Amino acid sequence: MDKNISSKQVLNDMISRHYAEALEAKKSGELVAWATSIVPQELLETMDIKVVYPENHAAVLGARKDAPVFLQNAENNGYSNDLCSYARVNIGYANLKESAAGNIPMPDFIFCCNNICNTVIKWYENLARELRIPMILIDTPFNHTFDVPEHSVKYIREQFNHAIGQLEQITGKKFDHDRLKEVMKISTETARLWKKATALAAAQPSPFNGFDLFNYMAVIVCMRGKQEGLDLFKFWAEELQEKIDCGEGPWKDQPEKYRVMWDGIACWPHLADTSKILRKNGINLITSTYPDSWTIVYDSDDLDAMARAYSSNYANRNLAYGTGNIVQIVKDFSLDGIIYHSNRSCKLMDFRQYEVQRQVHEQTGVASVIFDGDQTDPGAFSLAQYETRIQALMEMMEQRRNERLSRR
Amino acid sequence: MNRIDKIISALEEAANHPAKAVKASMKETGKKAVGCFPYYTPDEIIYAAGLLPVGLWGGQTDIKLADKYLQSFCCSIMRINVEQGIKGMYDFLSAVIIPAYCDTLKCICDNWHVAVPQTYLIPMVYPQHRKIASGMAYLIDEYKRVQKELETIAGKKITEKDLEDSIALYEDYRETMRHFTAIVSKYSKTLNAKTRHLIIKAAYFMDKRLYTIKIKELMEELKRLPEEKLDGIKVVVTGILAETDALLDAFVQNRMVFVADDLAHESRQFRTSVRSEGTALERLAYRIADHEGCSLLYDEEKKHGQLLIDLVRENHADGIVICMMKFCNPEEFDYPIYKKEIEAAGIPMLYLEIEQKMDSAEQVRTRIQSFAEMIKLGSSSKSTIG
Repeated sequence: MDKNISSKQVLNDMISRHYAEALEAKKSGELVAWATSIVPQELLETMDIKVVYPENHAAVLGARKDAPVFLQNAENNGYSNDLCSYARVNIGYANLKESAAGNIPMPDFIFCCNNICNTVIKWYENLARELRIPMILIDTPFNHTFDVPEHSVKYIREQFNHAIGQLEQITGKKFDHDRLKEVMKISTETARLWKKATALAAAQPSPFNGFDLFNYMAVIVCMRGKQEGLDLFKFWAEELQEKIDCGEGPWKDQPEKYRVMWDGIACWPHLADTSKILRKNGINLITSTYPDSWTIVYDSDDLDAMARAYSSNYANRNLAYGTGNIVQIVKDFSLDGIIYHSNRSCKLMDFRQYEVQRQVHEQTGVASVIFDGDQTDPGAFSLAQYETRIQALMEMMEQRRNERLSRR
Repeated sequence: MNRIDKIISALEEAANHPAKAVKASMKETGKKAVGCFPYYTPDEIIYAAGLLPVGLWGGQTDIKLADKYLQSFCCSIMRINVEQGIKGMYDFLSAVIIPAYCDTLKCICDNWHVAVPQTYLIPMVYPQHRKIASGMAYLIDEYKRVQKELETIAGKKITEKDLEDSIALYEDYRETMRHFTAIVSKYSKTLNAKTRHLIIKAAYFMDKRLYTIKIKELMEELKRLPEEKLDGIKVVVTGILAETDALLDAFVQNRMVFVADDLAHESRQFRTSVRSEGTALERLAYRIADHEGCSLLYDEEKKHGQLLIDLVRENHADGIVICMMKFCNPEEFDYPIYKKEIEAAGIPMLYLEIEQKMDSAEQVRTRIQSFAEMIKLGSSSKSTIG
């Protein structure tokens, strides 16, 4: 890779190309799939199918402030404002098919995995019905136990075979199992490098520039099975390591004063506001539960391992796992605080958040606040409330720091 | 009081006072009770263990303690269940089964361990790929796991014969309930919307064998009566459930008769039979596989709308009433799809957003009244109150 350009530039180019190529592919008659964000993309990559991720697209429209027109369209068609705003933006987009903020090709089929939530099943059912296209579903039963039970692994693995059959039927092509092994190798390596790069935020000061995580996430979502995704994270990790070696923090003009984790999805329409207020206070957002969510690493190259990996993400695991995961993050990244986003769109995250916050606090004493917002619906967020909560977080972090200093 | 009134009032009493009814059933049968969260639980296995399955579909309790765990935009049934659990109202149950059909239910399972540690939880997952072999196999494995838990609680092994007997009883119950809901239009005054609801609801708090006998007796008695002239409005009602009292009273006041329902709390529990082939657990798994038109079960063909249209046609209904449980995402996602189909079919539709605990039913009452008037006027041109 050309070292005169930054990994951020490579990232931006890659994302633009990702969307441009998908649109081009559609024009030339290639099949396009829409897929959920932690889908076993290995199966699609093996079949060389162009995939776009509606969640990522909705986030882009949200960040570029073009979500409201699609939200309105969904509402006009009977979609309750209570529903996930990614779903509403995407369903609105599937209807209007045009956004100044960026377009995606319409799908020939959709590929859904409910390891992130059951909401995606309903959302994709509706797409399948409205667009009259086939739907492939990988159902990953929610893990009440800490680990993935064996009968779940068996069920998921057999669904992979079922999905392969559906893919062969849709594409008219034979599935190449050797190619799958290659894709699995690249995917797991990409995931490892993603984990490695994001783990570098543990350095003090952290080389991360605040909200970088949310930007790079696009590639781990969209290009996990591709060599270029792997290369990017390698490059990013090198870049971060260089910054660490030089003792460089997140910002050139001010030091990193506090280190925090963000729980939940970003408030895309208010990205600038939410990050500015943190920066103003010297608060560096260095991690979230995302690095682990896309660390889809298998212990062997078979479908059982893949089944286990795809059911093992944070959102599909029980409270004990979720809490333990954050407690570990607090320790590994030497966090001063946690910002919990009570995201009006995400009931699965919200309805455990109060208890997670309590348990993490009991186990670590880390300062934290919860604020109300939404991933793409601009209306659910109040800047005044956010500012007040961050102010409260500052005071708690300050107090805790003073207490620790006085104990020394 | 005549015999019919006596039976009905006993069932209404059970529906209106669940805890009392369950405790009476426990005493009468000598059984321990197991709470069953919405929407489908393996009641046949519970019954086969010699235990009493009890439905937990919220109630009328004020929400305070549950706010420690759940934001206000969580569905009222689940907030109330957690509230009642924390308050110790379920302490007399030997366990509760919480199936993770939706994201909210997943979270309720997790919170339950912490919030209601005194009431033993058996979490369960039903497969969404319920029609393919691997999904069926997964469900049977889940049934086996739950069966073991129930055997421990009951202190006895469940035999294949126990399961078959229990399934036969439940099939009888389901068939009886289908007959019952079918005769409502013939006795629309006696079985008005509220009474009908309470009679069906009572099943959740009584032993199914004894309950089924009561319903059969009621129907025998009704058959001796002359049929009642139906001069109200015939509707099909859909949603999770149709409560509160104020809501039901408004239906009765406006002479709206529930000629059929697609409520998760009512007909979705008994409209689908088990298949005759297979082992007992396979037969139970087939019932989930064959069940259609429920927002909680994966259906890429979205048959919900056609099912509602068919119910309207078969029962010569005047319209559809949607009791949309506020914050219920699966139901909210189905709505835009079936709305379009129902509109295309020219069927009048009334959309009501409900919560189990409604501060004021005034708005709902007004809308029910407007809809009733609109149907009476026969204006089909603009036929949706949405």
